[in-house]
Amino acid sequence: MTVTTNNPTSEAAPVELVTFTIDGTEVSVPKGTLIIRAAEQAGIQIPRFCDHPLLAPAGACRQCLVEVSMPDREGNVRPMPKPQASCTMTVAPGMIVKTQHTSAVADKAQQGVMELLLMNHPLDCPVCDKGGECPLQNQAMSNGRADSRFTDVKRTFPKPIALSTQILLDRERCVLCQRCTRFSEEIAGDAFIALQDRGAHQQIGRFDEGVLGFAGEPVGPVDRPVGEATNDTSGRPFSSYYSGNTVQICPVGALTGAGYRFRSRPFDLVSTESIAEHDSCGSAIRIDHRRGQVLRRLSGEDPVVNEEWITDKDRFAFTWQSAADRITTPLVRENGELRPASWVEALEIAAAGLTQARQAGGVGVLPGGRLTAEDAFAWSRFARTALGTNDVDQRSRVHSAEEAEFLAHVVAGSGVGVTFGDLEQAPAVLLVGLEAEEEAGITFLRLRKGALGGGAGGRTGGTKVFAVAPYATRGLTRMNGTLLPAAPGTEAEWLTSLTTTLRGGLSPADAPTSDIDTSALAQPGAVILVGERLAGSPGAYAAALGLAEATGARLAWIPRRAGERGGVEAGLLPGLLPGGRPVADPAARAEIAQAWGAEVPETPGRDTAGILAALADGTLGGAIVGGVELADLPDPAAARAALDAAGFVVSLEVRASEVTERADVVLPVAPPVERAGSYWNWEGRVRSFGAALESSALPDHRVLHVLAQHFDVDLQAASPTEAHLSIAMTQRNAWTGDRLTVEAGAPAEPPTIGPGQAVLATWRLQLDAGRGQDGEQFLAGTAKRPVVRMSAATAAGFGAADGDRVAVSTQRGAIEAPAVITDDMVDGVVWLPLNSAGCRVHDTLGAAAGDLVTVTVAERTEGNAR
Amino acid sequence: MTLTPVLTDTWDKDRSWRLATYERAGGYAGLKKALKTEPADLVQAVKDSGLRGRGGAGFPTGMKWGFLPPPDGGPRYLVVNADESEPGTCKDIPLMLASPQHLIEGVAITSYAIGCDHAFIYVRGEVLHVYRRLLNAVEEAYKAGYLGKNILGSGYNLDVTVHAGAGAYICGEETALLDSLEGLRGQPRLKPPFPAVAGLYARPTVVNNVESIASVPAIVAKGADWFSSMGTEKSQGHGLFSLSGHVTRPGQYEAPLGITLRELLDLAGGVRQGHELKFWTPGGSSTPIFTAEHLDVPLDYESVGAAGSMLGTRALQIFDETVCVVRAVSRWTDFYAHESCGKCTPCREGTYWLKQVLHRIEAGEGQDSDLDLLLDLCDNILGRAFCALGDGATSPITSSVQLFREEYQAHIDGHGCPFDPSASALFAYTPKTRTPGALAGAGAGGH
Repeated sequence: MTVTTNNPTSEAAPVELVTFTIDGTEVSVPKGTLIIRAAEQAGIQIPRFCDHPLLAPAGACRQCLVEVSMPDREGNVRPMPKPQASCTMTVAPGMIVKTQHTSAVADKAQQGVMELLLMNHPLDCPVCDKGGECPLQNQAMSNGRADSRFTDVKRTFPKPIALSTQILLDRERCVLCQRCTRFSEEIAGDAFIALQDRGAHQQIGRFDEGVLGFAGEPVGPVDRPVGEATNDTSGRPFSSYYSGNTVQICPVGALTGAGYRFRSRPFDLVSTESIAEHDSCGSAIRIDHRRGQVLRRLSGEDPVVNEEWITDKDRFAFTWQSAADRITTPLVRENGELRPASWVEALEIAAAGLTQARQAGGVGVLPGGRLTAEDAFAWSRFARTALGTNDVDQRSRVHSAEEAEFLAHVVAGSGVGVTFGDLEQAPAVLLVGLEAEEEAGITFLRLRKGALGGGAGGRTGGTKVFAVAPYATRGLTRMNGTLLPAAPGTEAEWLTSLTTTLRGGLSPADAPTSDIDTSALAQPGAVILVGERLAGSPGAYAAALGLAEATGARLAWIPRRAGERGGVEAGLLPGLLPGGRPVADPAARAEIAQAWGAEVPETPGRDTAGILAALADGTLGGAIVGGVELADLPDPAAARAALDAAGFVVSLEVRASEVTERADVVLPVAPPVERAGSYWNWEGRVRSFGAALESSALPDHRVLHVLAQHFDVDLQAASPTEAHLSIAMTQRNAWTGDRLTVEAGAPAEPPTIGPGQAVLATWRLQLDAGRGQDGEQFLAGTAKRPVVRMSAATAAGFGAADGDRVAVSTQRGAIEAPAVITDDMVDGVVWLPLNSAGCRVHDTLGAAAGDLVTVTVAERTEGNAR
Repeated sequence: MTLTPVLTDTWDKDRSWRLATYERAGGYAGLKKALKTEPADLVQAVKDSGLRGRGGAGFPTGMKWGFLPPPDGGPRYLVVNADESEPGTCKDIPLMLASPQHLIEGVAITSYAIGCDHAFIYVRGEVLHVYRRLLNAVEEAYKAGYLGKNILGSGYNLDVTVHAGAGAYICGEETALLDSLEGLRGQPRLKPPFPAVAGLYARPTVVNNVESIASVPAIVAKGADWFSSMGTEKSQGHGLFSLSGHVTRPGQYEAPLGITLRELLDLAGGVRQGHELKFWTPGGSSTPIFTAEHLDVPLDYESVGAAGSMLGTRALQIFDETVCVVRAVSRWTDFYAHESCGKCTPCREGTYWLKQVLHRIEAGEGQDSDLDLLLDLCDNILGRAFCALGDGATSPITSSVQLFREEYQAHIDGHGCPFDPSASALFAYTPKTRTPGALAGAGAGGH
């Protein structure tokens, strides 16, 4: 596929070089380079623990000491009296550095520090997870003494303590390099762990009354959640979505993951580079597996995407792929029950059923949003050529026609647009319908890096972040962001008002009043990030486009699911063909027909809601469904009824689901770990990965390829390579014809909020009840507990106080959770997590963001009684 | 050489700590004069006086003030380091107790000179009585119009905050002090940036010792020449010499720099009657020890340095021949192990190890290799630690092994200490025996 990489728009400024000498070799490096980095460039490895290229220098471990001589004012090179920490000192012209290779002083200093580090270390390498991949172990061999002179008593600690359910700390092994605390503070902004006590008793810890000597219960048993979670994230142990990174950067075995602890030896593991499947960021990961079983996942290194960080979900949530409910053979329904069948039999029955359904009104195609690009193109082509329909929609979530037009107009075929690097450098970023930390975790880290960054790229300060949202989340606060308060459904008003004011006009009197300085959004390089949730807010996508066109800001769409951007490129939308080509455009159809060697149906099809409705009333004869969770749809009950009513259903699934329960034929497909593929991340960057595990499981494109043969169609997707070539056929020329235009959806009547009612705001949390996190109890223990957020005034209207259990209900059902009074929240709005344990908003309430709900106090907490 | 009471002048007066007492002795003449002087001229006067930092390092005070960048309209701060915690050092605490207005006047003049309108005094947390006295003194100064708005009608405003630390020696290190003052964990910061550029709340900051600041009023009132007429060529002015230990009249002796211990001992009535000097510290426990050989070393920065030690805080601890040097050094090492902040490996781990080796030797469980081990460990800590705390921890060990190696060896060969600890006490004293359990496990040296 031909995707252009993003060329830096600005000319790279000439780099000022500094020439110095290290171990007798003259080296030139960019000004400001630390000695330890410069040494790396010269091929000289200086041992280190606290140093990390993405963290600010600390100079704490003193392992990287070198001898330095500097020219004085007269130019005489004079040795500095003490060895210097090469991780904190930048190179200077004429400097002479002698590392352990050429300086006896540096060598002895390093050996001395190493002896001191090992002195209180338990040397329990044989039972340590880190043994075999441990910088302490390795550098003790390369830069340590052969024997220790320490014969006295070691400092000991009880071990380990649980910082959270998933992160365990062995304080004896810790060398106090502070990488973990610096990461938590500098990168994630989750300073829930810190140094405590001092001297040889100094230790890393969370707020732990037992360790800190506060009155209270002692530390609980290990390997178990410590303490009950409180109402929200505050005060909970190490409640960070990025905590797993501390395990990875720990240079010793002090921080370990509960799921991996004592499970494996690094030298038994096979590592495969891959791409994370849980969000649309396309984070590089490394999968470590042994004899066909994944033991752990680590962050990969990709400076342009995720740097060296991944979310805890990407790190720990992998057991879903090998869950007990994996479907391993094709299944066909016989006398109402699914039974195993051979591929030959199952494909024949599926093909016959689909053929019949096509004749009985047509087949709806619901591929789901988690496909690889290869799969997405195969699904798109299968729908158009084998089934002859445009009734195809990947969106198993709230969606709208306005959104489909927006995707066709702005996103499809646009190549690499806004990048992670652009976010870091942008003067301002506006988030609409997107809670970056929850819905695209690595994007949050980049935004925060930009927001906290200084005047790089000629900027006077960090990126100014604005968010149109009902309240200022902790994520927004950690980016020093500004809230543009908006009730769900009213996002378009803000965007329209911004368009007016940034153009210099006066905003209408009824626009959201604002004395917030948003002028940075009009600066060159400003970015607007829109999330998929705007589909539930009529007019918002159109308004975002209008704002971008008015201000010149760049626009990017960040969906939640890994496959949605690729699906847009593949045309998994009812009015869209690959490459942004409108179905309704004859020239577009002709180009695709030529690429595919088959005619493409003329009429734009039904969207997800339309397909489900048509299945329910029998207009459509059947459906073929990919990775769709019915509970993800805005009205799961209606979706279930639709599939129940459907004449014939084929399901391509990894694991048993509500769709497979209702399917006539189930064709098992491979999870990402057992196949090769590519995700098209939200930047538009193609993120290819290979199969980590050997498997006989087939990817979607291969299954569809074989199924298509029953329709006498060659899908050209038998192998990953062929699927790739097949994609390339549609990409040879960019679409130059007209794109779909975006028509703003009819603004919904502002709901009349009656007494005891509120407008529902809701989105998914990063860690929730999603099936991708199944089977990982330690990760689940760090998920946020569901709460109902509302402003103080709103709560007063319900007679509710902070901490009271309140019931949020519709005619269909009710959800109970503790109320949390939230500062600066829009009045008349209540927020719930969309899909957390005990809080399944779509399923229980049948409601979505912007709908009216009723709120009552279910139970008062002690002390809140009035 | 005779005493030159400046800071100690009124210590014998009734209620010497009251503002009225200070004013009767001519107090606040310096501030009145300063407020009619250009700030730059004040900085120059202090430069001309030759005043050097009295906190131990001896950096020229006026030069330090001159490092501040030009005013940019934002705040700049004066922070007084009153976290006096070094074993043996006891000059700032008596000064603040006996005559706190010296410091407060100095704070007012210095703040005016450097363009600061909010100064902080960071007092060691354990000395509650000093903290209270300072608070009262600051209150008195506010009421008298020496602090607050429009000081003495000059239009100059200054607020002074007295802050009590939480009891950590490391917070005497200026950047750790700043972190602690900001409410963070007190650990030294990476330099650069230096406090003059980005100190308290990342603003330009001057950090000075109590005695340095307290010396400023007299310099302003009596002139730089008056000050520099005292002392030696490069170590000018007066200073507090704190004599403690086996000396007949321990206490504060304010004298020109360059005085010798022999002269001071004469003033103090000599070493404990019937005993002779064995060893002494010129500037607190962090300075290499001296012996009777060094009685005539002039106590100024250069001469003490040339003799192999440091003038430090002029905390002269006198030990007579009854004292076991191993025991004394072991106690100091306990202090450093207890006070190491834990940030860097050499100091954190090294002091923990040194302490155990010294305890072993003192208990008669030492090995022949232990002395070389001690020296090598000190070599691996000195100059390798993040700040000067680690360096200070090695000074008494290295110097005492050099000077008294045979005494250490006697502990090892004789499987015990040849000294009677009660002989060095001034009162009836039965030494506690160390229990071996004190070394074990997580509780080792616990505090």
